[in-house]
Amino acid sequence: MDLYEYQGKQYFARFGIPTSPGAPADTVDEAVAAADRIGYPVVVKAQVKVGGRGKAGGIKLAGDSAEVRTHASAILGMDIKGHTVGRVWIERSSDIAYEYYASFTLDRSAKKHLCMVSAKGGVDIEEVAATDPGAIARCHIDPVDGLSAETAAALVAEAGLHEEARAQAAELLVKLYTCYVEGDCDLAEINPLIVTTDGRVHALDAKVTLDDSAAFRHPEWEEFAATETLDPRERLAKEKGLQYVGLDGFVGIIANGAGLAMSTCDVVEQVGGKPANFLDIGGGANAAQMANALEVISSDENVRAIFINIFGGITRGEEVANGIVEALGRVEIAAPIVIRLDGTNAEEGRAILAGRASDRLVSVPTMIEAARRATELAQGATR
Amino acid sequence: MSVFVDETTKVVVQGVSPSSQGLYHGLRNRAYGTQVVAGTNPKRGGDVVEGIPVFASVAEAVAETGANASFISVPPRFAAEAIVEAAEAGVPFVVCITEGIPAHDEARVYNLLVRDFPGTRLLGPNCPGIISAGKCNIGITSGDIALPGGPVGLVSRSGTVFYQALYELTQKGIGQTTGVGIGGDPVPGTSFTDVLAAFEADPETRAVLMIGEIGGSAEEQAADFIKDHMTKPVVAYIAGVTAPPGRKMGHAGAIISGTHGTAKAKMEALAAAGVVVAQNPTEAGEKMAGVVRDLG
Repeated sequence: MDLYEYQGKQYFARFGIPTSPGAPADTVDEAVAAADRIGYPVVVKAQVKVGGRGKAGGIKLAGDSAEVRTHASAILGMDIKGHTVGRVWIERSSDIAYEYYASFTLDRSAKKHLCMVSAKGGVDIEEVAATDPGAIARCHIDPVDGLSAETAAALVAEAGLHEEARAQAAELLVKLYTCYVEGDCDLAEINPLIVTTDGRVHALDAKVTLDDSAAFRHPEWEEFAATETLDPRERLAKEKGLQYVGLDGFVGIIANGAGLAMSTCDVVEQVGGKPANFLDIGGGANAAQMANALEVISSDENVRAIFINIFGGITRGEEVANGIVEALGRVEIAAPIVIRLDGTNAEEGRAILAGRASDRLVSVPTMIEAARRATELAQGATR
Repeated sequence: MSVFVDETTKVVVQGVSPSSQGLYHGLRNRAYGTQVVAGTNPKRGGDVVEGIPVFASVAEAVAETGANASFISVPPRFAAEAIVEAAEAGVPFVVCITEGIPAHDEARVYNLLVRDFPGTRLLGPNCPGIISAGKCNIGITSGDIALPGGPVGLVSRSGTVFYQALYELTQKGIGQTTGVGIGGDPVPGTSFTDVLAAFEADPETRAVLMIGEIGGSAEEQAADFIKDHMTKPVVAYIAGVTAPPGRKMGHAGAIISGTHGTAKAKMEALAAAGVVVAQNPTEAGEKMAGVVRDLG
């Protein structure tokens, strides 16, 4: 789960990482009230989970309440790369002397944590990495040992941060690492990490991605989950406990297992179709799960045919077939369905499906043929 | 021969109670012919469940039964601790199928094993397990889709595509030495490279089918290994050609970060290493049939 900037900053604050005083606001009046409380000048910042807010006009400096009113009115409701701004973050403006970069993430190749620090902050770090790789100090951290104060100090020196800022920056780096590990972040990034003209080091932005697998030990994450704006199909799928990713095609996909679901999308595209979604119903594939999956898929108006691709491993073919038949009794489906059922006891399963076969429910023995059939039906169908 | 496990492997199932997933899968593995010699449960030491003696700890189970492999399917919040317990008890091969272990737990346990327990190999987590056709099955693979006798070794990140690939081979009459599911998480205990090295060293494995997916760079690392160290032919398939960037496709590790980890890049790296790259699992089976024919 990605956090909004203001949530990231609030999360940072729990671990003692200094940020500017600020408050979120959902209306112009709230924005003005917050700014009056915080003290001028303030910055009005659009809260969207996408980069390039500044260029899009989503970040504005305001010297008084009239300017806050003007900017908040313009920014609230603004569209930034397909994201509608529903909330702004009002924060005290900072006088910036220097802009740095700091982050922690997992290096999957090295199987260790990766810390990156740079004196070239405030710009796209990928670009710095491409044009001036020497400007980024990198260090792998063994998760068993953690990040020591000595290593942090060495890193900020290697990155060439200004001498007078190093002690504060190193201390902040250790806190950011604690936030990253104890806060179960996949990514904890500060860009820019600033030094103010009066010599204070603090986080001017916050990019935090939380590890969804760790949610069980973070009840406090519920408030973040509540503000997630999902595609309506994805929201419904999440409520039903399904692994779903919306795509922009017209063949609805249901498969058991993440790999097979990806593979099914690929095969549909190879035969000239376009997958409308990725959906993994997980192990089991019982009637309730199948009914939920069909319900989510049918809520997508672009879906003109549905391809159910099941490989029975532990789950036996006849159980899957019975599940599909039962699910079809529970959910009204407009689009024709093509089913490919293979693996353990597939013959028995196909026999059950054959009893229900029609031009709306077609059973095809192999994955490729089924993908072709579903694509043909989708291309010929009007809903 | 098979890699990592064979008919002599003795398995302890961690977390056994009459209603546990561990017992359910352990009994299935036993029915396949696997030697399931023990179970563990801190509150049920001394019990016998379905003929399986239960011990309070893995260390006790190892001391009493000589178990040399463990099987873990406990919930995510207990999984890291269970893996460490097995390593501390000196178990050389640990299979963990648990899905949804926090990434930091996984990274910590991986590095702990590397540093303090180099004699323990972890397979998984979030994997289907391992099957040595006709000899030993630890995990959740349905045994009847595997065909004994070789000559193909199979290694996969995905579970269901692992089954699909086993089935494609079996349908064509091509046997397998061992099928290894390494799992779809960001920090797997056993990597493609580890399994490829084992297959290269195994005289009965004469060709390898490798199933990858988007995210990370394990397939690129495998391509480097194949180019430099493998004499045996490899056929590969990568799932997720159509996956959009920045989205987790079901598995925690299946995510394209920016332009990194795409299926296309992985397929190109493998092809450049001399691997036969297939576009889908069915084609992978067909291409492997051609490779096996050419082996004579």
